[in-house]
Amino acid sequence: MVYKVAVVGVQGDVEEHVLSVRRAFEELGIEGKAVATRKSGVVSESDAVVIPGGESTTISKLIFREGIADEIIQLAKDGKPVMGTCAGLILLSMHGDEQVERTKTKLLGLMDIWVKRNAFGRQRESFQVNVDIKGIGPFDAVFIRAPAITKVGEYVDVLATYKDYIIAAKQENILGLSFHPELTDDTRVHEYFIKMGIDL
Amino acid sequence: MPVDLEKLRFGTELIKRGFAKMQKGGVIMDVTNAEQAVIAEEAGAVAVMALHKVPADIRQSGGVARMADPLKIQEIMEAVTIPVMAKCRIGHVAEAKALESLGVDMIDESEVLTPADVFFHIDKRKFIVPFVCGARSLGEACRRIFEGAAMIRTKGEAGTGNVVEAVKHIRLINRAIQELKELDEPSIMEIAERYASAYTRLLSSIREEQGIKRLSKEDVVFEDYTLLEITDGIFKILMEIKEMQRLPVVNFAAGGVATPADAAFMMQLGMDGVFVGSGIFKSSNPPEYAKAIVEAVQHYDDPSVITEVSKGLGEAMKGLDVFKLEESERMQTRGL
Repeated sequence: MVYKVAVVGVQGDVEEHVLSVRRAFEELGIEGKAVATRKSGVVSESDAVVIPGGESTTISKLIFREGIADEIIQLAKDGKPVMGTCAGLILLSMHGDEQVERTKTKLLGLMDIWVKRNAFGRQRESFQVNVDIKGIGPFDAVFIRAPAITKVGEYVDVLATYKDYIIAAKQENILGLSFHPELTDDTRVHEYFIKMGIDL
Repeated sequence: MPVDLEKLRFGTELIKRGFAKMQKGGVIMDVTNAEQAVIAEEAGAVAVMALHKVPADIRQSGGVARMADPLKIQEIMEAVTIPVMAKCRIGHVAEAKALESLGVDMIDESEVLTPADVFFHIDKRKFIVPFVCGARSLGEACRRIFEGAAMIRTKGEAGTGNVVEAVKHIRLINRAIQELKELDEPSIMEIAERYASAYTRLLSSIREEQGIKRLSKEDVVFEDYTLLEITDGIFKILMEIKEMQRLPVVNFAAGGVATPADAAFMMQLGMDGVFVGSGIFKSSNPPEYAKAIVEAVQHYDDPSVITEVSKGLGEAMKGLDVFKLEESERMQTRGL
């Protein structure tokens, strides 16, 4: 069986994730498949799913309207790996901030974390910095109008912090990142994610 | 010198182009006040463009169209959580700096406003905030990317509600990209030289008046770039385009998109997303129009969805026959 990763493709930097997953498969020497999907029925047949960066308000509306949200929740319950970056992180969280409330954004509620949207400011304040990720090492992280994790529940493992914020965390099979590993050529985060679902 | 990774970096090309990538598959809507911005956000827009007047009204009222009132833009920024973009005049560095200082998320150096410089566009590399620029052809797109644009959009013909010019610009750019496939490096260098020659207009006209014909490749022609540097820069961009078979930055459709079917058509032609200007708030039912266009972009390849969302939508904006516009009324010819 070929290991299949679905990238939720309704909006955002979908293609970048598809390419990163493919490169990560190559690096790991695994035969795998990465597909973008805008329709229901694909996520439920996959071994892992990625929720990309984009606008959380937009992505949320579209995945709940299309029934993709329920499929992601089911996949997570089955213990399959789920990764969210930036907007994806917001959607994974259980506890939104005032912006999430105000825009009535529906969350998937898969991680016991508190998120703050646009925690570092607007686009002008977007930045790149080297961070240290537990289990991965130093990583050039790109933050774009990024959210951050302000608090985690007891079963959440903090993987990286920057200043006062948590920027990467893992709760069993769920991985959430504030930044965009898919925008750089470094595939180590995607390799880590794939390895969460495969015993090599 | 190795890059100091510990150091915080702002406004890198990766961050600027990355921002544009987050808009892919989305609809960016023109809004003129906070209420409209909220309607756009609720409909699922990925960003809004804050304007004083939508293009259709700019067309109607005539006169010089300038950057919107910063207070208006600020109200819009406070009303929504999605990114807010705003327009500055072509070449108007001071307007762009003001918008950057206000904190807008992206600046549209736009032909919809009255151009401030007949020779040059802004050197967008010198900004932290990313820019989007219009293009009618691959040459215009390459020049804007060289100047640092993080996103390209077709010019189309704004404020007409007529998609014909946007389609024309998409076809011109897409086909020109295809053509590159068969060309070798020397031929692509010739194209780069031709595209770069647009930067020599200022110096050429001065030299011509002075009776000096020759213009050297070493001449500084735009900001601090020599003609040679510009040519090399455009050559590299063209080689990247040849390889990728697309623009190296996000490419949206704009200028005349009025209906859900228009928006879906733009996506079918390979665009990364759609700007809708006058189309939404000049229609008879803006909230429904906004939602329908977002859904049409998402399901652009599913005709049944386009049909469904188009049912009973009410009237689209009135629109104009582009072919009856006087040359002086065309916005797309502004800024080469």
